Amino acid sequence: MRPGRVAGAALLALLALGPFLPMGGMRQYILHVLIQILIWSFIGGAWSVMGRFGLVSLGHGAFLGLGAYTVTLLWNFYSLTPWIGGVAAAALTVVVALVVAYPCSRFQVVGHYFALVTLAVGEVVRLLIIAERNWTGGSLGLSLKPATGDSLLAMQFADKRVFYYASLVLWLAGLWIWYRVDRSMARAAMEAIGEDETAAASVGIHVTRFKMGITMLSAGLTAVGGVAYAQYISYVNPDTLAGIGVSLRIVFAVVLGGMYSLLGPTVGTALTIALGEYLRVVFGLRFIGMAETIYGLLLILFIIFLPSGIYGSLRDVVARFVRPARLASGVR
Amino acid sequence: MIDPIFLLEAAVNGVLLGGVLALLALGLNLIFGVVDIVWIAYVDLVMVCMYLVYFLVMVYGWPLWLAGALSVALGALLGLGVHLLIITPILGKAPVNQLLATGGLLFFLQSFATFLWTTDHKTVRLALPILEVGGMFLSFTRLIAFAISLVAMLGLWVFLRRTYIGTAIRAVSQDREAMALMGADPQRVYFVTSAVGGAMAGLAGALLIIQYSVHPFFGAAFGPLTFMICVLGGLGNMVGAFVASFVMSEIISIGGVVISTEMGYVIAFVVFIVMMFARPGGILARRG
Amino acid sequence: MLELRRVTAGYGHFTALWDITLRVEAGEAVAVVGPNGSGKTTLMRVISGLVAARTGELVFESDSLAGRRAHEIVSHGIAHVPEGRRIFPLLTVADNLKMGAFQPSARKGFAESLVRVYDLFPVLRERQKQRAGSLSGGEQQMLAIGRALMSRPKLILLDEPSMGLAPVMVLRLFDLIRRVREEGYTILVVEQNVRQVLKLVDRAYLLEVGRIRMEGRAAELSEQDFVRKAYVGL
Ligand SMILES: Nc1ncnc2c1ncn2[C@@H]1O[C@H](COP(=O)(O)OP(=O)(O)O)[C@@H](O)[C@H]1O
Ligand SMILES: [Mg+2]
Repeated sequence: MRPGRVAGAALLALLALGPFLPMGGMRQYILHVLIQILIWSFIGGAWSVMGRFGLVSLGHGAFLGLGAYTVTLLWNFYSLTPWIGGVAAAALTVVVALVVAYPCSRFQVVGHYFALVTLAVGEVVRLLIIAERNWTGGSLGLSLKPATGDSLLAMQFADKRVFYYASLVLWLAGLWIWYRVDRSMARAAMEAIGEDETAAASVGIHVTRFKMGITMLSAGLTAVGGVAYAQYISYVNPDTLAGIGVSLRIVFAVVLGGMYSLLGPTVGTALTIALGEYLRVVFGLRFIGMAETIYGLLLILFIIFLPSGIYGSLRDVVARFVRPARLASGVR
Repeated sequence: MIDPIFLLEAAVNGVLLGGVLALLALGLNLIFGVVDIVWIAYVDLVMVCMYLVYFLVMVYGWPLWLAGALSVALGALLGLGVHLLIITPILGKAPVNQLLATGGLLFFLQSFATFLWTTDHKTVRLALPILEVGGMFLSFTRLIAFAISLVAMLGLWVFLRRTYIGTAIRAVSQDREAMALMGADPQRVYFVTSAVGGAMAGLAGALLIIQYSVHPFFGAAFGPLTFMICVLGGLGNMVGAFVASFVMSEIISIGGVVISTEMGYVIAFVVFIVMMFARPGGILARRG
Repeated sequence: MLELRRVTAGYGHFTALWDITLRVEAGEAVAVVGPNGSGKTTLMRVISGLVAARTGELVFESDSLAGRRAHEIVSHGIAHVPEGRRIFPLLTVADNLKMGAFQPSARKGFAESLVRVYDLFPVLRERQKQRAGSLSGGEQQMLAIGRALMSRPKLILLDEPSMGLAPVMVLRLFDLIRRVREEGYTILVVEQNVRQVLKLVDRAYLLEVGRIRMEGRAAELSEQDFVRKAYVGL
């Protein structure tokens, strides 16, 4: 086995055993942070399925919010199990994505324009959630109706370890899908489209079909992430689950980690969440806003100084040191 | 059925709102047209200027016009600062990174404002009368803000048409490299543009604080709308942005009266999305 | 007046110009000819500072131009009429000319330069209020040259002025360039239209894959078998 695989297997084993490692009184908190990292990494991966091909969406909050609210509303009002509700949520989101993506692709809305159209979609969903306050609770948000005790049917568990394993599986599934896309025909086609849409079409690539497929996949996965998050936190709120703020956060994490590599979104998400948590612990309730201020400042610095993401920049640095050495040895 | 007088009042209020929106959109669009970067945090700069006017007027008792003038100066300074510290290092980088760098500024300004000034809404109250015109109630404050925005936009128009540097700004937005061949340092043109765009944010801040209360998330409320107006008008197209401001403000204002405030915005955004498909180059663009 | 010694330049890892040595004397008209992609445009861009030379020397009237940016080079008296004209399509003709006189030293003599340009290209005077984008190809080229003259240059770089013009227009344009020359400007011109341009200039350089392959007096070059076969089409 190659060293990379060994390291991967070791990391996986560590993650699998995670909840049983001795962590003292911090256990609940550490598990909570890890679950968040896994779920948001999954969402970041879903975003990067599109983002890496130049479809930079600033509206993934919309898909997240649709997923989270659909499942929550179906459960609260119709007691529909999240297992079915989640599927319904993902299906609804895919349909919405389709409605937006088709004309975008058809009328060649790309680049800045695509980003701003998706941003508008995110705002529409956020505002609709607020406007329909009779069901959704408006900007105050909505709590998931508690089931009686632990319930697999309701996807509600008192023990965080259950959520931990569930999100670990979700995260792995996300990685697997990312990997499959990376190895597929779609990747070659999408890269060609990202480079030059007209040229791609002229060699027989069905531009619209590929773009829509990728968008639907990304949106559906994001909705599933929203469902998972809603079930875990059991509270939904338009500002944390829709709109420009959360959309930007997802993109930040992914770009920070590097959107062209399998683990990039995870690395970026883990870092931003860990950073946010750290700052929150440091400042506590004393200086409200200070943690976020530093977070914003660091994000600007990261983007300026590590433009290709942490993963990508590390790779560049390694390449710079390794390549001349190889050339030199080649000459000898 | 809604009394037609309410609709008329909403339409007039829409025009008044459109004036201030146009000021915002023109400032952002000017920068976009020249520097080719969308400042996601543009309206957050406005928010900072609103706080400045609030504190100068309500806490230190300055006259409003003087506070407004200082707000314009602060806006210009912020514009320059953003360009120098954030934009310059990322010029020519991937568009995602450009969006995110100014997006980071958005987080920074929002949370720093929360830290400094809490999330309380702060208002500058002007003791100006409400006018009654043919059964409609119109705020005198809004009329003044509208008039000042119009004058400012006229000033911008003259600046861009009549001065050397103004014409150079328009030329750079059409062909950056050709303008360098004319002897214009692109960096210098960017500075002037960012300062002018920032000054317009400062002025908009002074005009907005007398109509709306300010809070750290003010930028989140008006920001997306402002980008959409710019895109709807055609990125970099000043006349288009001007027209689009009034289209959007009418939809919001009338939609707000007929259905609800949020639905007014929802309809405006949906119109934006649909227009993007129908006329991707902006409402004034020629087809094809 | 202008001298390049062993200049190398390119884009990223790619080298487009190798070891170029070239000179233009005051009052001369010099042509650079060569097939597509041979580096003619790159050469012009190096002289006007849009592309930085990697090695070699660039000297203009005893000032070194090395390391100077495009906007600084204009003030030395070099005006570059770029390939594809690159006028400002949404500005009026008058505003385009105004931008030509952007740098302070040119602004002083603005009125005088404007009369001179309008006398040289009367059609620009007629259309001064029109948007430049609405002009015909030939008129746009005149505007591009006029705009360059507004900077009161000593040396004018013309990159394929006849590109995309109808044959009749090409002839008129060469006449106009001849008149510009008679006004005392020094000219360095890149052309595909080898036969025409060799009638216009004193000397010419032949560029191939980034290197100078031949140089000489225009009359001698047009007699050479090689040039006739490859470029003049005789
Ligand atoms: N911006 C650029 N980036 C990379 N390569 C370029 C660029 N511009 C030109 N080249 C390359 O440099 C070479 C010379 O181009 P150019 O100077 O435009 O030739 P010419 O004007 O003689 O047709 C060509 O091989 C071309 O592909
Ligand atoms: Mg060329």
